Amino acid sequence: MAEALRFHYEVDGDNFTSAGAASVEVKRKLRQLGFDAELIRRVSIAMYEGEINMVVHARGGSADVYVDKDCVTIILADRGPGIPDIDLAMQEGYSTAPDNIRALGFGAGMGLPNMKRYTDEMKIETVLKQGTTVTMKVYINHTKQTEKGTSEEGK
Amino acid sequence: MKIREIATLLGADVLCGESQLDEEVQSACGSDMMSDVLAFVKDQGVLVTGLVNPQVIRTAMMMDMHCVVFVRSKRPTPEMLELAKEHHIAVLASCSRMYEACGKLYASGLGNEACANG
Repeated sequence: MAEALRFHYEVDGDNFTSAGAASVEVKRKLRQLGFDAELIRRVSIAMYEGEINMVVHARGGSADVYVDKDCVTIILADRGPGIPDIDLAMQEGYSTAPDNIRALGFGAGMGLPNMKRYTDEMKIETVLKQGTTVTMKVYINHTKQTEKGTSEEGK
Repeated sequence: MKIREIATLLGADVLCGESQLDEEVQSACGSDMMSDVLAFVKDQGVLVTGLVNPQVIRTAMMMDMHCVVFVRSKRPTPEMLELAKEHHIAVLASCSRMYEACGKLYASGLGNEACANG
């Protein structure tokens, strides 16, 4: 692959029903590109959790996915309220999602931890009242993380 | 276990995916919390849930699952069935409760051994 492929999506923040549609599309494109199932699953789950987060917390945003020869990079950017305490937000089980979101099967405080679990690198840049950008990378042909998503990391 | 046997064991209606009833699945998980499914499930072909919204089908898609079983007489919307058909996921609906449905499937040999370290 000579240069990175780029896919861009706008994530509609007013529609929980359609949340995840961009991740489904990325999954389809990665399949077409012939990547192995485990890599596709890791990329699409991490992006899906991120998309859900953007809809629940930030009224949507944009998703950009870059595919180059070494890795798949997912950049999720929103103009939501920002994350006051990233360490707290990264704790499994911590959530600020409202009850109506929990009733929909999310808001268990697993979103950000899942995104970290399924990717090789994750960086969160956040400014209160301005927004959050999450950058995730999944390395291609890299097996160190393949079991990462399968357990509670030894707990 | 074939998806067809799951339908029989649970007295479930097949709402879509009739052509997939002879597909073999090795394991299942039961949850109403999709984030937990995304966190802890690996290589499980069947999702048993009482939650009804399109994210259930999307979660199953993300996890490469072949079949979703709705319990407690819950019925998916036409929109959810369309999404499931598009992505080749069989959808069953049973009046069993979650505990009963999981118990019957487990006792009949559909284990959770694929859930590594889980």
